[in-house]
Amino acid sequence: MHTEPTAEQIEREGIYRSLGLTDAEYAQVVEKLGRLPNYLETGLFGVLWSEHCSYKSSRIHLKKFPTDGPQVLQGPGENAGVVDIGDGIGIAFKMESHNHPSAVEPYQGAATGVGGILRDIFTMGARPIAFLNSLRFGPLDDAHTRYLFGNVVAGIGGYGNCVGIPTIGGEAVFDPSYRHNPLVNAMCVGQLPADRIVKGAASGVGNPVFVVGSRTGRDGIHGATFASAEDPHAKERSAVQVGDPFLGKLLMEACLELMATGAVVGIQDMGAAGLTSSSAEMASRAGGGIEMMLDRVPCREAGMTPYEMMLSESQERMLVVMEKGKEELAFQILRKWDLQVAEVGRVTDDGRLRLYFHDEVVADVPVRLLVDEAPVYDREIAAVYEPPGAHVALPPDPVNYQLELEKLLAHPSIAKKQWIYHQYDTSVRASTVFGPGYDAALVLVPDSEKLVAMASDGNGRYVYLNPRVGGAIAVAEACRNVVAAGGVPLAITNCLNFGNPEKPEVMYQFSQAIEGMSEACRALSAPVVSGNVSFYNETGGEDIYPTPVVGVVGVVEDSQLATPSEFSEAGLAVYLVGNLSDGLEGSLYWQMKAQQAAGDAPSFDLATEVKVQRFVQRAIREVGITAAHDISEGGLAVALVEMVEETAPIGMTVSLPAGFQLPGVLFGEAQSRFLIAAQASKENMLQDLAFTLHTPLLRLGETNTSGELVISIDGESSPAIQANLHELKKIYTSALENNMNQSWR
Amino acid sequence: MKWAVIVFPGSNCDEDAQQAIIRVTGDEATLVWHQETSLADYDAIVLPGGFSYGDYLRSGAIARFAPIMKAVRDKAVQGTPIIGICNGFQVLTEAHLLPGALLRNRDLHFHCKMVELRVETNRSPFTAAYQPGDILRIPIAHGEGRYFADSAILHELQEDHRVAFRYVDNPNGSSESIAGILSKERNVLGLMPHPERAVADFMRSTDGAGVFRSIHQYVTEREGAHAH
Repeated sequence: MHTEPTAEQIEREGIYRSLGLTDAEYAQVVEKLGRLPNYLETGLFGVLWSEHCSYKSSRIHLKKFPTDGPQVLQGPGENAGVVDIGDGIGIAFKMESHNHPSAVEPYQGAATGVGGILRDIFTMGARPIAFLNSLRFGPLDDAHTRYLFGNVVAGIGGYGNCVGIPTIGGEAVFDPSYRHNPLVNAMCVGQLPADRIVKGAASGVGNPVFVVGSRTGRDGIHGATFASAEDPHAKERSAVQVGDPFLGKLLMEACLELMATGAVVGIQDMGAAGLTSSSAEMASRAGGGIEMMLDRVPCREAGMTPYEMMLSESQERMLVVMEKGKEELAFQILRKWDLQVAEVGRVTDDGRLRLYFHDEVVADVPVRLLVDEAPVYDREIAAVYEPPGAHVALPPDPVNYQLELEKLLAHPSIAKKQWIYHQYDTSVRASTVFGPGYDAALVLVPDSEKLVAMASDGNGRYVYLNPRVGGAIAVAEACRNVVAAGGVPLAITNCLNFGNPEKPEVMYQFSQAIEGMSEACRALSAPVVSGNVSFYNETGGEDIYPTPVVGVVGVVEDSQLATPSEFSEAGLAVYLVGNLSDGLEGSLYWQMKAQQAAGDAPSFDLATEVKVQRFVQRAIREVGITAAHDISEGGLAVALVEMVEETAPIGMTVSLPAGFQLPGVLFGEAQSRFLIAAQASKENMLQDLAFTLHTPLLRLGETNTSGELVISIDGESSPAIQANLHELKKIYTSALENNMNQSWR
Repeated sequence: MKWAVIVFPGSNCDEDAQQAIIRVTGDEATLVWHQETSLADYDAIVLPGGFSYGDYLRSGAIARFAPIMKAVRDKAVQGTPIIGICNGFQVLTEAHLLPGALLRNRDLHFHCKMVELRVETNRSPFTAAYQPGDILRIPIAHGEGRYFADSAILHELQEDHRVAFRYVDNPNGSSESIAGILSKERNVLGLMPHPERAVADFMRSTDGAGVFRSIHQYVTEREGAHAH
């Protein structure tokens, strides 16, 4: 065993730098501690003061998010947020990024991302009911990207399928911006009795502390500092952990059983920075301390040092504080599930994290200094942000609009995602009402008429072009998805994926995006209850599009209100809710023409957004409509094709008013718009409702049996598009698979 | 009648099967832990889907050694209807209660989707409620569902009318599109698709209900016959 450097060596040789501390941070530790920290202690500060654990660059900005509301049972600060959906039912949810590990070891990086977010949900006492994920990759013409993407999908499925939680929603975007920095954001949603939320606090002096689940190994040491550094590719794959979904499943069942006894005082997943963050954060939440005897931690191999044990990120481990005197319950239940359990320490009231090894104190530091007094940086924000798409010339009008529509339908960002979700178990738990492919996923709530609605969304291109408006759109669009499916959005979680925070323009993007998101959250009464920040998504000085991904949870009050995004009948009237617009700002169409993000963010107005969402909610409740769909990437023409059920032998005739620029009308991505379809008998009621609510509503056309999509302009003799719908659907359905059928293994 | 749904560590369709039984038949359905050793009280046994023991070796290869499996074997000999769904099918082949094996899907991907099945025989406790040739819509969700057997076994299955279901459009490369097979005595069924996920309108199909109804009817009629 090599010997660890002494405290003096660490200072003299600047070894703290390789443990993740800057010179100033190290000086702060020494000053507050009143002595030089030893190697283990320096390591504890290194991980807990890392960007990943301390949110030191983001904290002051995250405070701007609205986090309150009558529906909020648990806001940010715990392992997950919880909202109240009524009938005494709480819904816990959170989204988390696993970008850096997935770029290096895609299968395990994605799988452990799913495992980690799963544990965050069940530690709240919630039974997980669904997974969603948001993925960002480079273009699929690159074999390495296909390798990364294919293995990330397999890894997400590998973990989720095995633990028996359906993966029922999400999105995937393919853009050059993510070529070197793919984004893998996983969301988990769980259900619990509203009055039985379990917290991650180590309270009650003398209560025993247990390590539960997997043995501690040497894998993943420095994972948290690794995620906070530029160019993780230069780092070793050994910093990526390996997941064991079978153990994850057993741990979930055992912990839920244990929590149901009421004897659990506090519980937390050992995620990033493993035993260090779980013990310190749990002690911090209770305002107390913890002492642990590290000899008692079950290890995978002999000879592990305290440093290795404290910084290991071995998966499928939990830290549990039990009520004193009820230790035997933990042993009984964990043994039933064939899981490791060891009592390693106890809760104290002296506010210190004290670690023993071979009867010697090997670390003794104040919890407050580790967690609450971690540095906070008000990083420099660029004074001006040069709008990156402002000077791009508009493309010339196309000759053949049908061809342009086909190109959009075949773009992997737009194309149907069944290649992805057929690899996920979407129907296990036998509760899925709407799975992937709908605007929002809907899940049954046992013993209730209600459904839980959930969706994730976020368009990095919009945020890049205009951070504030783009941020607002991310929230609005996610909520719009829930509304389209018949739901009322209640709250959001988010993953804020950004570049290097040490660059003022990245901090501009970050702070402005949060401003925009907060405005939309307030307007739509959807506060932020949990979330995660991922900085340093940059390679070779190139940052990704600033990409806040929003996960939203809502409720459908009655399963009768569940509204699909597709229709299959002839004779339906098709309406546009919102304004007809011909702007191409920020559209994928313009980007494809210009080979770069172009224009401003799409036109967006919060007041209109609120209005159209309210209208669709009431139309679903009071009028009853056949289908509703959010108009998003690809614009109106794409949305029309998407709404036609794949095998339906129907056609659609649409006529648009004259006086608009055709490319923008067809392919523009102006926000705050839905398409809805309704039976002819409902049309008067719809129009009355729109009149009452002052909501723009435009009849576009109707479905028929022709099998053709005909889009024409009033007063013009020949249609702009006249195409076989079946052929269009075929392009839309097969594009992603065709891309992936090129070699990637 | 009383149903037992066996729970192995890693089973994850156990509660779905239990709920489907209750929904379709109104019978009592009990989750039975793999460490139990007796199934004497039960009239029908379900080995549910999931990933028993993580399926890290071969699917079902470890579950076959679970203490409960001795009782399952005994019930099989006694003629009790036993249905293995997905991972349960894999366990039954590993336990040699059914012939053949389930290999990784032809394209090596996990597949979850609604598929069409053709009922090949209604001479069994599991399919009596159907007609041969009926087309059922029932979801699949598996990574190792490619049924494989040598030609002698395939010939025997064919001759004895022991292929219960075939895929209309083979999704995984199964020999002769086989989705489900019966034991020699016809009281053990293994099938890869999930009938418990096709028993309610919101599931987009109720075609799976016939499997549970058939078993219920078979057991209650047999009990009735014994009573006379």
